[in-house]
Amino acid sequence: MSSNNESIGKTFFVVIGLCLICAIFVSTAAVGLRPMQNENKLLDAQKNILAAVGMLDGADVKAQFEKHVQIRLVDLDTGEFVDQDPLTYDYRKMMKDPAGSISLDEKDDQAKIKTRAKIAPVYLAYAEGVASKNVTSLVLPVHGYGLWSTMHGFLALDKDGNTIKGLNYYEHGETPGLGAEIQNPKWVAQFVGKKLMDDAGNPAIKILKPGNADATSAHQVDGLSGATITSNGVQNTFAFWSGAKGFAPFLTKVRQGALNNG
Amino acid sequence: MANAKEMKALVFGPVFANNPIALQVLGICSALAVTTKLDKALVMGVALTLVTAFSSMFISMIRNHIPSSVRIIVQMTIIASLVIVVDQILKAYAYNVAKELSVFVGLIITNCIVMGRAEAYAMKSPPLMSFLDGIGNGLGYTVLLVIVAVFRELLGSGTLLGVEILPLVSAGGWYLPNGLLLMPPSAFFIIGLLIWLLRTWRPEQQEKH
Repeated sequence: MSSNNESIGKTFFVVIGLCLICAIFVSTAAVGLRPMQNENKLLDAQKNILAAVGMLDGADVKAQFEKHVQIRLVDLDTGEFVDQDPLTYDYRKMMKDPAGSISLDEKDDQAKIKTRAKIAPVYLAYAEGVASKNVTSLVLPVHGYGLWSTMHGFLALDKDGNTIKGLNYYEHGETPGLGAEIQNPKWVAQFVGKKLMDDAGNPAIKILKPGNADATSAHQVDGLSGATITSNGVQNTFAFWSGAKGFAPFLTKVRQGALNNG
Repeated sequence: MANAKEMKALVFGPVFANNPIALQVLGICSALAVTTKLDKALVMGVALTLVTAFSSMFISMIRNHIPSSVRIIVQMTIIASLVIVVDQILKAYAYNVAKELSVFVGLIITNCIVMGRAEAYAMKSPPLMSFLDGIGNGLGYTVLLVIVAVFRELLGSGTLLGVEILPLVSAGGWYLPNGLLLMPPSAFFIIGLLIWLLRTWRPEQQEKH
């Protein structure tokens, strides 16, 4: 071992050289593998949408999705469908993009998401295939802040735009074993059959302290024990997305029959 | 140049005779976290083996040029780069497992086995031997993880690699799963029992008082 290894020049040379080589190595791998990773992400999203609506049966996810699901874009303020290619619309990016989103006042922002995209995708599910032109349920993307993280989920509704068919949280950073139980199928099963809104059209889902929910009620659900703040986050997510700043204008149109007449 | 026998000892030595988890008690934290399912343990084992082998090889290749004042940082840089690449590859080719392993792949960086082999062996040995030493220690880690995961998955959820072996009561079968085995402390018990078994079988591993 040569003694000039310890000189300042040599130290800088080795460290900078190594950093350059490692940086090139890492960025090549990251850029080269990105198309495949995006493909996986897309497939995962499709799987989660099918799972929310209860159509995931182990068959080929991509084929199943293409056969049964149609993606449409909705202007959240008016509740009207927008004619724009949903495949090129990046919802996650638009949520934060000042040009594609609105910022929310503190009193409107129950879900603590600060900004909301102007246009959101909705997924129309056709039990007998898209060709049957008979929408049987719809899936809405929802998100809200829990204890540690933004929790992203898909909410599946019956074609009446009110009866919940499924809820699937697919991305969150809540505590494993406590808050992360929002993914537990047993907990999620409570939501099935509940009504999103009351007769007057106001957000009505109530997540109560564990053990207090009345199973016969159309709106009450037990919270998660040991995960009060996460449960509140889910409550807030429901309040926001079924409210006037969320999907309420669209769901009003759905109740008037916007899905199956054209 | 080393002979074949020495190479064999490098690769298979760490499996039982000098197991990094059982004898050196390194890398315990990931062994607790990723052994609830066999597939997770296997992927984690392969990932760690690759990282240890290649980081040892690269470090050994430049070992005569690493200034000793910054050697730990240099080792970390190499290890971290390899871990990121492994993480990217997993996300591209094994997305579901990558999602379940989540942060633990990234935490290979802090796994004592990788750093330990780099500092203790690769800094003093030629590249090929360092590579084999990395493979061997990764293999020792994988074998132990797989043994623990087989117990935990089989007795905790009645399956192996997701295939049902013991039909669960909740699904109409006869087996009542042991919930404790799905929690991290159970891995401590199993690793403890394995260390006891191994040291009874090979008394030379017992520590002198």
